[in-house]
Parts: sequence; structure tokens; C-alpha cells
Amino acid sequence: MSRIGVFTCHCGENIGATVDCAKVAECTRSVPGVVHSVDYKYMCSDPGQTMIKEAIKEHGLTGVVVAACSPRMHEPTFRAAVAQAGLNPYLCEMANLREHCSWVHEKGEVTTEKAADLVRVMVEKVKHNQPLHPIKVPVTKRALVLGGGIAGIQAALDIADAGHQVVLVEKSPSIGGHMSQLSETFPTLDCSQCILTPRMVEAARHPNITLMTYSELEKLEGFIGNFKATIRRKARKIDEKLCTGCGLCIQKCPQKKIKDEFNEGLGNRTAIYVPFPQAVPNKPVIDTANCTFFKAGKCKVCEKMCPTGAIRYEQEDELVTLEVGALVLATGFKVMRTDKFPEYGYGQDPDILDGLQFERLASASGPTLGAMKRPSDGKEPETVVFLACSGSRDRSKGVPYCSKICCMYTAKHAMLYRHKVHHGKAVVFYMDIRSGGKDYDEFVRRAIEEDDVQYVRGRVSRIYRDGDKLVVKGADTLQGGAPVEVRADMVVLATAVQSQDGSEELAQKLHVSYDPYHFFAESHPKLKPVETNTAGIYLAGACQAPRDIPETVAQASGAAAKVAALFARDELTREPVVAVVNRLPAPQFSYCVGCFLCQSACPYQAIEQEEIKGRDGSVLKVVAKVNAGLCQGCGTCVATCRTKAIDIQGFSNEQIFAELMTL
Amino acid sequence: MRMGYYPGCSLLGSSREFDESVRAVAAALDLDLVQVPDWNCCGASSAHVLDAKLAAALPARILAQAAEAGLDEVLAPCAACYNRLVSAQQALAKNPAFAEEIAGITGAPAATRVRVLNVLEVLDRLRDTIQARVKTPFGRKVACYYGCLLVRPPRVVAFDRPEDPRSMDLLAEAAGAVPLPWSHKTECCGASFSVTRTDIVAKLSGRVLDAAVKAGAEAVLVACPMCQSNLDMRRPEINAHLGRELDIPVLYITQALGLALDLDPEKLGLHRHMVPAMPARA
Repeated sequence: MSRIGVFTCHCGENIGATVDCAKVAECTRSVPGVVHSVDYKYMCSDPGQTMIKEAIKEHGLTGVVVAACSPRMHEPTFRAAVAQAGLNPYLCEMANLREHCSWVHEKGEVTTEKAADLVRVMVEKVKHNQPLHPIKVPVTKRALVLGGGIAGIQAALDIADAGHQVVLVEKSPSIGGHMSQLSETFPTLDCSQCILTPRMVEAARHPNITLMTYSELEKLEGFIGNFKATIRRKARKIDEKLCTGCGLCIQKCPQKKIKDEFNEGLGNRTAIYVPFPQAVPNKPVIDTANCTFFKAGKCKVCEKMCPTGAIRYEQEDELVTLEVGALVLATGFKVMRTDKFPEYGYGQDPDILDGLQFERLASASGPTLGAMKRPSDGKEPETVVFLACSGSRDRSKGVPYCSKICCMYTAKHAMLYRHKVHHGKAVVFYMDIRSGGKDYDEFVRRAIEEDDVQYVRGRVSRIYRDGDKLVVKGADTLQGGAPVEVRADMVVLATAVQSQDGSEELAQKLHVSYDPYHFFAESHPKLKPVETNTAGIYLAGACQAPRDIPETVAQASGAAAKVAALFARDELTREPVVAVVNRLPAPQFSYCVGCFLCQSACPYQAIEQEEIKGRDGSVLKVVAKVNAGLCQGCGTCVATCRTKAIDIQGFSNEQIFAELMTL
Repeated sequence: MRMGYYPGCSLLGSSREFDESVRAVAAALDLDLVQVPDWNCCGASSAHVLDAKLAAALPARILAQAAEAGLDEVLAPCAACYNRLVSAQQALAKNPAFAEEIAGITGAPAATRVRVLNVLEVLDRLRDTIQARVKTPFGRKVACYYGCLLVRPPRVVAFDRPEDPRSMDLLAEAAGAVPLPWSHKTECCGASFSVTRTDIVAKLSGRVLDAAVKAGAEAVLVACPMCQSNLDMRRPEINAHLGRELDIPVLYITQALGLALDLDPEKLGLHRHMVPAMPARA
């Protein structure tokens, strides 16, 4: 026979002002199975909890119902109190008298009656409760970081410094990401590579970090603490151990006119190449699509030149499987290409650049070695026009969101140009200036006031070539929309920041949510900014939203802290509120008929197949089995199951029916 | 194919050659054009700035006439007529109370089902036929000039790309011409200032022609009577403004297609242009 105790809380005035709590306690006292029922002003307070603990001992309670606020708020409090009194915590339930009653109704008898009904419902449920025990899962203390830009590097270093193993996977031949392409960084104008390359080298040298460049994640299985990742190591076509990075092969490669990705198409590279001089690792790859040997079957110059015999034409992609406990996604962004803007010259005019191209043009390691030369004829541009918001905040043709970094980098670009071409004219067309950040607004003011950059508020309608010049037509909205026409030598479009190619597929592979623009979605926009909805997978940098370097680094460290916190434990404890497939004695074994509808319905891939074998080892039956590590207790499988073979622990059919039958 | 036809005032007057060439090309492509019975002025240049009701009622009556004649689609070759008809139709469809009020004026219910088409939209459908029937390819470099009205505003027109339209270029290509990429495809020619402020027309149209010539065009192709008259009829003013003589001819796309289809230049109205456009036939 159940011996239930009911504890009705006033929650100060939250419940007490609307519901007659004393009456609720009174009429609950007569419910069969209830041996103790009291009300109190603040059940969650220390005296309130003590009341519960003492009642358990005094009355030998077998179940507890706390009629108070939302279980979201205080269920852990009361379960802990119950446990301290020696009762299994899952024999404690809460009736929500606040959100479900007092906050949504007027004061009155009916409201009090409803409150009493809610308590009765929970009493019936508790009678059917079973003691449950937390599930323990082991943790593999190795993290996988996807993306080798500054976000990935920072996250990897922080996790490695915390003493854990990290595998850093980068799809291009070198780590460094977009930051390695930048010339100087705002608002300090320090050289991007100067601050980045030490971190790259540190990541490469760190004993806890394994670098996998030119590699991509192929598959991910498992759950928090227990992922299994399959990584494709693309064939570099060289033996990395033998290669010393001397660069002879690169010098002698006859293919010299391949568009250089690192220089955003402004320079050329060879077919065997390293992306940039400070690349980490400093080992070349062969671009088989452009290599003479792979195209025509003849050449092999690099093999002849290599002093250590490191060239391996026959090398194939390799699949590596890794066990990891957590994942940090840091796959970064791309910029919208200028060919999205037909009115701005089709993206075909060589003197119309995007922001990243200008970075390369201004960079000391760029195709012009930092000299301001326009791509069409190498002349020094006398007038340069910068267009902010090209495709950003543009619902009709581009993307509606703000790309966040363009106001700042446009000011930086204009300054860099003015610093290199003192007599040159820099004109910025902008919608408004968004320079929120430490020393950011000062930076923009400096561009305007000290470096004489001309700012025009208004959009540009058209850019076209007129002989040697590009005609930029726009409006000055601070002068009533007066038409402005600038004859420029070069135009830089601050094009929208977009999610990286393939991020939709990657998100689906990892079961991570993403927004309509394919940026990965955080678990909560304010309070869980680095977590995803999949436990054990964290976010860092611009793969989540447009982001600048300081913010990216901060977020990467945040993600690393989450990983370190996870790895601080040897086992993970999980709430036992998960699905279970029933087991019966032979010959049924289970009601489960093995239709596996639940498997296709489960959003977390938590349903596995299990064979039930006879003594001779023959398979008698195949039934569903729930992986408690993956199950999130959503109940979709229960609704799908035709034979009612699955239950959510703590929410079994018997419990739910008992609740309903009370009303 | 049978289709309604709304010539509008300009195609009967200053732009007769557009009317002639549309009809000639339609006949050559087996397109049966049925003139909307008892049509009236669409109110193009002034009604919409003077009186919203009048601006809606005039097109509404035309569309009602078309609906009554059993026409599902109406071709309006003039860009301004086309724009007025579509705009008014959308205004009526969006606001039933207003539509009822206008119906009280016109005496006929709003014909929201009649689809209004511009000349490029119609020819676009016939592009394969055109390509198949070309006899004398129009082997010239051309600048296709759409003007500001034909493909804009996008929420009203919903045809082709508003900033960089392609339909006329593809038609010109089908006729064997070489359409050039150039800068002033959709710039304004000074449209309705043709009579009142010729100085503005000279300046704006001058820029358009200048850009076309610089791009290397041998002819400008248009699909709007106002563009054509400004670029052609105002050539002396344009030349005076530019300070040099431009002799580039301005043809309707239908004239270019007609020539490619080997139609009689006279029937295409080519002799009517101010700037000589009669081709030296290859």
C-alpha cells in the first residue's frame, strides 16, 4: 500500500494569493493512499525541505508530491531533499500549481478545485512510480576540432592546455584559415600573420594536438563522450615524413598559371604547392586536377627534383577512425562573390574586388607584395570606392542579416589604402556605421578624421566601366538623395559574409541544427551560445554567425572550457528518463515485434537492433534496443510503437493512464 | 496561338513602326493578335500623378473589354501602357473595396484574370520558333536597351532580372545578332520629358547612346516607344549635347527580328526612323 505525502506550497503570493492552499492540503488528505498533507509558504526554503525530510521518516512515506512551481525550477531541489531522507529521488513528483493554475486563472473556488485536481493527478502517478537510477556513460577524453582557422586553433590549444588530447581537422593543406589571408587587423592595425603564425606553430608543436590537414570528416556516430569519427585524409601525393619542405618541386613545376585560392584568384600558383609561405605544415600537395602528369601522363618533374624522394603519385585517400568524446565545430565562413551583383559589373571587371581580395592586395605576402596596384593593368589607383553592405541587409537580392565585420574592415581598407597612396582618394558608401566594440568607433572616426576617408551615406545603384575608369553612381541620403557620381580606378565590395560551402550537409551529418542561411544554430541564443542541440558538440567562430577575431577567439575559448568541463569527469551521469524496450520471460521475450518503426522515427538515432539468441546461438527474435546514451526521452518512439513495447521511464503508459483516470 | 492586342495611343501615332513591326512579326510567327474592342487610353504619362481613381479606372476598362471579348492574355507593346495595366490590375486585386468602387465607374467587374504581357515576354515564348525561322541572320553587334520601365519595378513586373535583364539579348542572339554587355541597359532615357524638357532628354539619352557606341554597338535595340523616340527623334539635341555626331540607328527588337525573318523592311516601318535605319542588306 502506498504511503504518499503531499506538500502544498504558497510560493509566497504566486500561488497563495489565487489558490486556497490550506484547502488544497485539506481535501488532498482524504485521497486514498495519502497519509500526510500540509501546506507551507515556501516549500523550497530550508525549513520547507526539512518538513519533507522529516515527514518521510516520521510517516514512512513511499512517495512524495510537491505541489508548487514548475518542475523546471525546483524538481532537482526536492528530489535531492527526498534522496537525503533515504527515498529514491524518482519517487518524488511535482504538481505545477503556479504556471498551470495560479498564474493563468483568477482567484476563486474553481481555481482551488483545479489545484486540488492537479495534486490528485500527481498522487495517482506517484503511486505507479518505480525507483530509477541515473545512467552512467564513460567519457573518451579526446576532442575533435573541425576547422583550422583561428577559432579551431584557439579551441584546440585551450583544450590541449587543459591536458586533453585534440585532433584538429582542416580541409585545406594548411591551418590558418581566413585570418592568415588578412593584411592588418582592426582596430590595432597589427599584422594578421604576425599574431597568427605563432599560434599556428604552437598548435603544430603541442604534444596534445594531432594535426590533420587536407582532411575532412566523413562520418560521425555515437553520442556525448563516445563519438566515433571517420576522417578522410586526402592524398597529398607526397610522403609527409620524407618531405623536408625545401620547395624545389614547387620552383620547378611547369604549371605556373593556376589561380591561387589563397590569394583569392589574384595570383598564380603551381600544381604542386603550399598555400602560403608560412603554411603549417609546410609540406606541399599535388593538385591532381591541374597537374600535367595526372592530366597527360607525362612530366614527373617534381619527382626528379625531390632530393628526398618524397613524391608519391600512387598515394590514395585514407580513412581514419577515431574515438572522441566531444566535437568543436569551427568551419568558418565565406564571402559572397561579386558575380551576385550584376548591376555592379557582373563580377567580371578585374578592378572590382571583394573584401578578401583587397586583403590580399594590401598584404605584404600578397600577389603585389603589398603594393597598391590595380589588377587590370598594375597601375596605382588614384581613387578607390568602397561599398559596404554589398548583399548584406538586403532582403531583395542578398541576405537580410548584417555581416557585422564589414563596417570595420571597410574603414581599415580605406585607411590602408590612404597609408599606401598618400595622394589617393578613398570614398566609402555606407548604410550606417556599426562599430560596436572596444576601440572600434574610435577606429572609424580615425579613418574619417585623420586619414581623410570620405564617407557617403547612401547606396550605389550601378557601377560600369568608362574607358580607364569605373563609374560609380550612387545617392547621398544625407543630402536628400542627391545623385553622386565617382570616377574610380578600383572598387571594393564589402560582400556579405555567408556560411561555408557544404555546411548544410555537415550539419545533417552531425545532427546539429542550422538556420535558413546554413549557419549552425546554438542551443540557446543567450544562455547556451557555444552549445548545439546535440550534447557534446560545441560551436566556435563564424560558422555560427558573422564574427570578428576577438569574438571568435573568446567563443573558441568558451567552447574549449565546455569540453574541458566535460572531460573533467570520468563518467557522465544522465537522467534515467529515457525510453526502454520491455523484456518478458520466454517464449515472448518482449512485445517488440521488430518492425523498427521506432528506429526510423527516432530523431536521435538512439534505437539499435538487438538479437535475442537461444541456447544454441540461433537468433530467436530481433528486437529494438534503446541506447541510453543517445536517448533524449522525447517519447516519439513510444507514440510510434504498435505493440506498446516501449515506455519512457517515469512516464509509462500506466502512469499516464492513472493520471487521466483521476480526472 | 491567339492573343489579345492593346496597341495604345503611341503605336498609332509617333511609333507606328512599332505597331507595324509587331503585327508583321506576329503574323510571320503564326501569332494571331486580336485587338481589344473599343479600347481607350491607359492614362500612362499623367493619370497616376493626378488622380488614383482615374489611373485605375482607365486600365480597368481596357481589361474589362478584353475579358468580355474572351481574351485571357493581352499583349501591350508599349512599356508605359504595360506598366499601367499591370500596376492597376495589381492595385485592384489587392484591394477589393477599391476594385468595387472602380467597377462602379467602369460599369464592369475588375478583370483580374486577364494576363497582361509585354512584347519581350511574348517573344520570349516564341524564341525557339524565331531561331528556327531565321533566314537572314541579323549579324550585327547590338546594344539591347530595356529602359527603366520594361522590367521594373520587380514586385509589379515579375519578369526578367530588374538590374541586368537578359530576355532581349537572348532574342537578339536567336536572330543571329551579337548582343554586347554594356552599362546602360536599364538607365532612364528621360522618358516623358520628350516634349517638355528636351535638355534633360539630350543629357540622359546622350549617356545611353554614348555608352552603346563605346561598347562597340552597331545598333541599339529597344522595346519601348518612348525610348525609341527619345533616342531617335531627339538625335539633333543629343548630338549637340555630346558635341559630336552619332549616327547609330535605334531599332525596335521586332524590326530586327523581322529583318532576320526576311520580312519587307517597308512593312516593318524601317523607313520611318529619323536616323536612317534601312540596313545595307548583306
